[in-house]
Amino acid sequence: MKRLVATFAIAAAGMIAAGSASAQSGKTLEQIKQRGFLICGTNPGLAGFGLPDSQGNWTGIDVDLCRGITAAIFNDPTKVKFVPMTAKDRFTALQSGEIDVLARNGTWTQSREADLGLLFAGVNYYDGQGFMVRKKLGVNSALELNGASVCVQQGTTTELNLADFFRSNNLKYEGIAFATSDEALKAYDSGRCDAYTTDASGLYAERVKLGAVDDHVVLPEVISKEPLGPAVRQGDAQWFNIVRWTHFAMINAEELGVTKANVDEKAKTNSPEIKRLLGSEGDFGKGLGLTPDWSYRIVKHVGNYGEVFEKNVGEGSRLKIRRGLNNLWTKGGIQYAPPIR
Amino acid sequence: MSDIQMRQPHVPWWNEPKNRGFVYQSLLFIVLAFLIWSAVDNASTNMRARGIPTDFSFWNRTAGFDVNLTLIEFSAAASTYGQAFWVGLLNTLMVSVVSIIFATILGFGIGIARLSSNWIVAKLATAYVETLRNLPLLLQLLFWYNAVLKPLPGPRDSVSVPNISFVTPDIVPTIVCAFIGGVGYAATRYARTIGGVAVIVANAIGALLMLTAVAIWLSGVVRFSGKAGIYLNNRGLIFPEFVETADTWPFAIALVVGIVGSLAFRHWARGVQKETGDQMPVALVAMGLIFGLPLLTTLVFGAPFDLARPELRGFNFVGGTRILPEFAALMFGLSLYTASFIAEIVRAGILAVNKGQTEASSALGLTRAQGLKLVVVPQAMRVIIPPLTNQFLNLTKNSSLAVFIGYPDLVQVFAGTVLNQTGAAVQVIAITMAVYLVISLVTSFVMDIYNKRMALVER
Repeated sequence: MKRLVATFAIAAAGMIAAGSASAQSGKTLEQIKQRGFLICGTNPGLAGFGLPDSQGNWTGIDVDLCRGITAAIFNDPTKVKFVPMTAKDRFTALQSGEIDVLARNGTWTQSREADLGLLFAGVNYYDGQGFMVRKKLGVNSALELNGASVCVQQGTTTELNLADFFRSNNLKYEGIAFATSDEALKAYDSGRCDAYTTDASGLYAERVKLGAVDDHVVLPEVISKEPLGPAVRQGDAQWFNIVRWTHFAMINAEELGVTKANVDEKAKTNSPEIKRLLGSEGDFGKGLGLTPDWSYRIVKHVGNYGEVFEKNVGEGSRLKIRRGLNNLWTKGGIQYAPPIR
Repeated sequence: MSDIQMRQPHVPWWNEPKNRGFVYQSLLFIVLAFLIWSAVDNASTNMRARGIPTDFSFWNRTAGFDVNLTLIEFSAAASTYGQAFWVGLLNTLMVSVVSIIFATILGFGIGIARLSSNWIVAKLATAYVETLRNLPLLLQLLFWYNAVLKPLPGPRDSVSVPNISFVTPDIVPTIVCAFIGGVGYAATRYARTIGGVAVIVANAIGALLMLTAVAIWLSGVVRFSGKAGIYLNNRGLIFPEFVETADTWPFAIALVVGIVGSLAFRHWARGVQKETGDQMPVALVAMGLIFGLPLLTTLVFGAPFDLARPELRGFNFVGGTRILPEFAALMFGLSLYTASFIAEIVRAGILAVNKGQTEASSALGLTRAQGLKLVVVPQAMRVIIPPLTNQFLNLTKNSSLAVFIGYPDLVQVFAGTVLNQTGAAVQVIAITMAVYLVISLVTSFVMDIYNKRMALVER
């Protein structure tokens, strides 16, 4: 017994020591450099956002953001470990320091910043919640869903929006919450639910998994704002800036016409904006704790925002989602990045 | 030799075992208390530094989400996270209690069946135990949910259970049926007095005659017509709801009187048996009181309930009561899995009773059934109860696997959704752990009382 207690005490002391060490230093970047790779929390399987392909390589718009971050730090987009996260566990994992950044199509909300101790570094996909139903039900609008059973993933803003939508329209519904989106989709597919709800991008992505794509329709209503973006822990402003400016660098690169293919060529131009972006003029990486060519590395290894979008969710992908709101501000969308200067 | 034993060695006060133990244990206590305090303090300081909530103020905040199975009033608009906790807890308790009852009944049945002298029955019971206890529970839950319940038709193609209505039996067919049944019963009684293959033949004829009599009689009085308002589809099992009417009270009072009356009669009958050795037909009288009395009130006052029949409206049935497929899957999975362990415990308990006890009871003139009930099982219970308690605790804890099949239990609602919406991970998990601990301790406590009652009373 005594020995047991002693072992426990030593273990507890060890835990406390480890806990205080990570809390005091707070230098996420230093830890990542020491470790040699970035740990990125990602979706376990959402086409276009975070999904391992047949060879086990992660693909998706969120995955590419993490590759961009690690390219900026190490000049090597492969030095990243992707940790699949359920919606339920993701914030706890980020809070506890298990992951460095959470790029898992998470919705930026007030309470997640104010109450959960997180910061959202930007919006890499403007989304909104929608419904998918079987075509044979003959439903044309979400307002016709009175009395329907709806499958939903637990622990998401989706679950709350669903309650809000039916409440504000005085409709009844039965919500069945599952721990993962896969289980929720499976329950919908087997007929347990009349409708499946998640972000519109997710509906298109999940519909591909259902086989007969034409048997299911996405209803026209978008019932919420869902700005999806990467999140970090509060308390490390430098790390927050690195994540935020990785995203901005990709948008600025698209705006300036710098692509993965032409980045070397463009580096030789005289445009001061491009020179600042690619690091041949000024040292804008210093304040971030990075090298001057940090954003050159991002574009070189990963590409600009438009390229990443097209490859993962746009016309070049199975999802074929149009740019819409996610187009640049110069092209009718709302993707806008502050200048690098 | 005795010299050495007698001599008291001189021990300084600080080295006396009692004082020494006190000092070491106080030191250990102080160190432990400090470690726990610093762990809590460290965690809360770090949490505060990162802007993570450390208090319980979330308890009274509006929840904003819905739960599809609630035993208490709950709505997204008006209910708090605290109420969501109670909703989850009650759902956990409900599925655990129902599953424990089913698992116990089934487990006892299978356990006794495994000891049956009938080869087929014994082997079937063995196959049941070996299959169910060797497959992971989660797999079984997913099997019940996805493979068994999901292929059910949608609400619009529901399976409907036909209505059963009774008509007054005519006197002549009733007498004929009673005669046929009587002959059949006589045949089985006669079978006991003869030996050889004739036993099987006589028994078979007797059973056939009795079944025929029952079938003829039932076909005369039972008529299948219309729809009973019971539907089965992939949204669950939907049946009419009993609605209270003015005549509910006499029915309820009669039921209570029946139960209390039978308990009193049993008490009196035991007294009589102790005094004189005479046995009273307790089971028959209890059945008469519990079923007969309420039936009489319905004859006098009319139906005690109105039925609110479910109706297909829009996507699903409206009205009526519904058993969710999630609940059914969880209950089946937990009951069947745990029953396989209980069966083994019961078998072990019965085998632990010496064969001499059975032989002694038959020497006293008790029948096999009486011997089992009065001699073997009471002794077996002493062996059965402690491991049975373990199984009850396991079942309750295993009910947290509900999260995988969408049943809103405590872990799903509280440690899932509430944790995620509030971000109060440490508090929510601590509460959840405490709740499971309390449930387990209460179960142990109750089973302990039962165990003490069943234990050998030494004089």
